[in-house]
Amino acid sequence: MTDFFQLFFSGLATGSIYALAALGFTLLWQASGTINFAQGEFVMLPAFMMLGFMSAGCPLLLSFVASCVLSVVVLGWLFKRGVVDPLFKYGMMPIVVATIGLSIAMRNAVRAGYSAEPQPFPNLFPDQVYDLFGVTVSATDIGTFAFAIALVLVTQAFLNKTVTGRAMQAVAQNTESASVLGINVPRMIFYTFAINALLAAAAAILVTPTYLAKFDMGGSLGNKAFFAAIIGGFNNSRGALLGGLIVGVCENLAAAYISPAYKDAVALIIFMVVILFKPQGLLGKKVERKV
Amino acid sequence: MNKRSALKAVVAAGVLALAGMAQADQTIKIANIVELSGPGTTAGTLFKNGVELAVKEINENGGILGKKLESYTVDTQSNPGIAKGLTQKAVDDGVSAIFGPVYSGSIMVSMAESKRGEIANFTGGEAAAITEQGNPYVFRTAFGQATSFPKLAKYINTKAKTLAVIYVNNDFGKGGRDTLAKLLDNGPTKIVADISTDAGQVDFSAAVLKAKQSNAEAIFAYTNEEESARLLRELKKQGWTKPVIGETTLTGQKVIELAGDAANGAVAHVGLTVDAPIPEMLKFKAKYYQAYGSISDHNGIKGYTSVYALKAAIEKAGKTDGKSIAKALHGLTISAKKYPGIILDVTFDDKGDIDRDSFLVEVKNGRQVVVATLPPLGKK
Repeated sequence: MTDFFQLFFSGLATGSIYALAALGFTLLWQASGTINFAQGEFVMLPAFMMLGFMSAGCPLLLSFVASCVLSVVVLGWLFKRGVVDPLFKYGMMPIVVATIGLSIAMRNAVRAGYSAEPQPFPNLFPDQVYDLFGVTVSATDIGTFAFAIALVLVTQAFLNKTVTGRAMQAVAQNTESASVLGINVPRMIFYTFAINALLAAAAAILVTPTYLAKFDMGGSLGNKAFFAAIIGGFNNSRGALLGGLIVGVCENLAAAYISPAYKDAVALIIFMVVILFKPQGLLGKKVERKV
Repeated sequence: MNKRSALKAVVAAGVLALAGMAQADQTIKIANIVELSGPGTTAGTLFKNGVELAVKEINENGGILGKKLESYTVDTQSNPGIAKGLTQKAVDDGVSAIFGPVYSGSIMVSMAESKRGEIANFTGGEAAAITEQGNPYVFRTAFGQATSFPKLAKYINTKAKTLAVIYVNNDFGKGGRDTLAKLLDNGPTKIVADISTDAGQVDFSAAVLKAKQSNAEAIFAYTNEEESARLLRELKKQGWTKPVIGETTLTGQKVIELAGDAANGAVAHVGLTVDAPIPEMLKFKAKYYQAYGSISDHNGIKGYTSVYALKAAIEKAGKTDGKSIAKALHGLTISAKKYPGIILDVTFDDKGDIDRDSFLVEVKNGRQVVVATLPPLGKK
């Protein structure tokens, strides 16, 4: 039984990182009706920004703050102005294809501009290990889980409890009515992109010590987060959290009790089962469409 | 165009073509087909750096038989299919020798093309099966598992009665696992856990947990560089204190850099290490550092020495065509006295396998320390 809990806890830590990236998917979907397939690369880029600041002599936390600012500019503002805005009027598909192209471009730009080799990345949390009733839990696991969950909850509270957050939700639900009510729609959409960029930077600082900073580190993370978002419900932020945790934990359990070879299939299998029986996701709402 | 100017053009074209041929004759073309992206990036990049360093040195010292080496590099993306296509292209380009790929899975597929073109193909791959196919054009730059694992098995037999094997599920990993299992079959050490992992795997918590459950006295870890680093971190995280034994890929420079403190205590048999107490090796280490600003691992040494092996073979054969080079390499012993760039005396056998001194190293305080020098298998 201790083994089960061991796997469960380390799965929770991995899952909470998936949840952070998945939250980005659901936020962008809700705010602008787009799917960003460069989400994995949005996590990779801040990791390299932090490496850059650190090699310039900044400590980790300062580098993180600086990368957050830079991410909001590059992955928030520039992404919105450069990719989403010009393509928005053509519908969702061109944006989806553009983000796929963007992910390839970002990966290769980092490979050519920085290095193709993986780089070590300092750990935010101490290297300590605790023994709780026979289960070994590391400070990294606890810290990652707590930090990620806190971020998800803060984001939710911001969306539900603040005026700006409610305005963002109003824009997501009905852009026209929101603008009639005097809400600055473009600004609210930019806020969503900015929050997405911040979440990506936070995911980067949590995930990179394990994944190692490498140009292609975003690939599998982006995929898992996408599946997690669909499993949880694409139009519900809490769904992203649930989906991420389910994928993280189930992966770990399957690797131990079935075979490590099937680990990566787990997310896909859950994904297929969910869309077969509950296409809107576990916590998603059914959206009726007029034909 | 009148007749006269047409004639001029033809003559000019002819002169240019002749000049081109003369130029081509003055160089020896080689292709560097390596992993510059995908899971093999670390290995491929360092191998390439080693080859380029040696090419530069040889050219600065007058080339081979008075001809300069001309090398180009292409990326296999760690994909055997692409490696095969690129090897085919190199054959069509008329190169004299091919360096890489480093990954066993890739060379197993691509070496059919260099065989078809009758071109010597140096590889960093270590899977036992590479030289068991009877391909006379494939040459190792490091020990195959058939050479290194007997030395390793001997060490494991003295260290642990039960062993958990964590290996990567590709040609390299499976080859190593199978070779070790065969060697340990009649010895005192029993394999109690057989744990396969994926190439590019990120989370090793389940693998380490399985090893812990087996109560093995030691772990034999046989994965590629990045995965080794992640595995070592996970082992530290889960509080593993028993011996972790491996091959070259467990204690490489890049692994130590990526794994940090977690690499301390890991023991490995390595064919090549920049920390070997040999003057030529230390010279190489310094030259590599000067050129690339980082410390080479075994892959850099593999690439570097293989170009010098090519030099020795061409000078023995007196010709630069692939067939003569391959013929000259079989049975060739290259001494470091005559060719300092080969670093350690090396002998190629008739299958393309090599034999030479090797080392047992342990990671102490973030550095590889040579604990013992093991003589070539053929000496015993």
